[in-house]
Amino acid sequence: MRFERRDHPSRLLTVLAPIGAILAALVVAGLLIAIAGANPIRAYGLILKGAFGSRLGLSETLTRATPLILTGLAAAVAFRARLWNIGGEGQLYLGALAVPALGMLPIMASLPAPISIVLCLAVGAIAGMILLLIPLGLRLRFGVDEVVTTLLLNFVAVLFVSLMIEGAMKDPLAFGWPQSVPVPDSAILPKLMERTRLHAGLLIALAMSIAVWWLQARTVFGMRARAAGLNPRAAAFAGVPLGRTLIAVACLSGGLAGLAGAIEVMGVKGYVTTDLSPSYGYSGIVIAMLANLNPIGVIGAALFSAVMFVGADSMSRALSIPSYIADVTVALSLLTMLVAIFLAQYRIRR
Amino acid sequence: MSVFLDILASVGMWEAVLRIATPLILGTLGVLLCERVGVLNLGIEGIMTFGAMIGWLTVYSGGDLWTGMLVAALGGAMFGFLHALLTVPLGLSQHVTGLGITLFASSFSYYVFRLAVPTASSPPTVEPFRPLEIPLLADIPFLGPVLFNQTAPTYLALVMVALLAWVLYRTPLGLAIRMAGENPHAVDAQGIDPIWLRIGTIMAGSALMGMGGAFLTLAAFNSFFPTMIQGRGWICVALVVFASWRPARALLGALLFAFFDAYQLRLQTVVEGVPYQLFLMLPYVLSIVALILMARRARVPQALMQPYRRGER
Repeated sequence: MRFERRDHPSRLLTVLAPIGAILAALVVAGLLIAIAGANPIRAYGLILKGAFGSRLGLSETLTRATPLILTGLAAAVAFRARLWNIGGEGQLYLGALAVPALGMLPIMASLPAPISIVLCLAVGAIAGMILLLIPLGLRLRFGVDEVVTTLLLNFVAVLFVSLMIEGAMKDPLAFGWPQSVPVPDSAILPKLMERTRLHAGLLIALAMSIAVWWLQARTVFGMRARAAGLNPRAAAFAGVPLGRTLIAVACLSGGLAGLAGAIEVMGVKGYVTTDLSPSYGYSGIVIAMLANLNPIGVIGAALFSAVMFVGADSMSRALSIPSYIADVTVALSLLTMLVAIFLAQYRIRR
Repeated sequence: MSVFLDILASVGMWEAVLRIATPLILGTLGVLLCERVGVLNLGIEGIMTFGAMIGWLTVYSGGDLWTGMLVAALGGAMFGFLHALLTVPLGLSQHVTGLGITLFASSFSYYVFRLAVPTASSPPTVEPFRPLEIPLLADIPFLGPVLFNQTAPTYLALVMVALLAWVLYRTPLGLAIRMAGENPHAVDAQGIDPIWLRIGTIMAGSALMGMGGAFLTLAAFNSFFPTMIQGRGWICVALVVFASWRPARALLGALLFAFFDAYQLRLQTVVEGVPYQLFLMLPYVLSIVALILMARRARVPQALMQPYRRGER
């Protein structure tokens, strides 16, 4: 048996790949549910009902999808340029921490809301950028592989957040709980639906998807970033400034992850704790791959993950299936997606 | 000043170095083996999580401690096989596949753990490995309790270093493994199938990772809880670069690393006014420093991360 590259991978197969991958992941996860003694069909029905069945469920799904779209975009733009940014989690935390930090400036209380919101978003994005520029600098200067450094910096970032919220940024009114001072009132994102947690961050995330698509498909920067990823040597010969392109990609990727944190803290939580993110940063990697690195596809992939996470919570209350099944399904779909992309590109010959 | 020296003079400190080093030694050897045959294995973090969980669960449900270690090794090999299947014959991206294995193996471990222990506020414990005193040698002052009063898996890890170095540098199998990491075409020309060689070696390396994880639940602690691996797997990946892909230096790196970790743990209790988070950051920052120091000097296996397809260059 051997594999032969298809000359022209069909468009249909490329579109079907993520659907097939998700179905395959659901079948395997279904087996795990069955082994645990529940009916998989019933479990999936409950997951869908939990995620879409009520106004509250739907709003929770969209709220959950918001940071996932942004971390998915962060991974997608980086991976396209072969910048292995696995540090989305840490960048998200620093982005979140930057918002209450800025809010500690006395002037923030007197600013009108639109200015305050824009300032906070910008500071969050910059914080994320800085955390990614460190490992990129190490790669460009010393040749250190950024996969391991970005992974290690995730732990450093969360410890730094813990340090700040128990120290300089601790909320004195939180009865000793380690949490940061609250986000300034002027920077709280407006709600999209009454009496739910859904906030305007969703619109920002959707706008970012379109903006990233435009950047990648319609600008010189996008073309250079793609060229740097496909073949760095050929790109360098063609006059693409590799270092500068990678720095720009890192600013975009780290900025998006930082923005995810800033939006989560301005829209949902109102203050920073060390359990702000149920590994949104790592899920972003899966989402980027499921979307085949396409910025518009990221929206769909983030929705799929959000449905699994929100639905599994309510499903596990009804059946005695641990809600970790959502994490299992999402992680499995990354592996099945890799195989699906492979099958779309190669044919098997005996 | 004397506080800092007092710690260095204490037997407990040096005893802890070997204990802390053990999972790092096993994990680093595992990564080293995979990379020597030409495949990056970022699945380590998840494989260690699974080893920790399944080793603990085996003992918790009545198996003895060595059965737990064995099951953890088999579980590691199983995930290693999955990683190998995707990266070697299919040649998929080793970065992304490895991360996928980590995400899958760790969430699967948490799922199984929650099924086995549905509602416990504090994680249930098992009776862990006891220190195994080696007669006579353990009576040597200072060195005795430090080196010869460890748990059995620690001795096993040290034996593995020697065994792996011997296999890699002194046997035909080791030569083939190293060659597959440098030039798989040359292996194929010798009549050895590089695909199967890579699959088998990755499974062996992943078995070591699984055992490293199980050491945490069966010797260092006595229970399993989610996120207990705490980036130890990633640190092992960094240590392999620091070790320049050599087993003896991997041991040295793991010991050095464990020394700093044991030292900072004790400093936390005596130094006042420094936030404990700064101490906890130390292992991760040190790993990054180690990478910076060695990145240019390390001799990377030439075929690392290059999938092999017969007839393709």
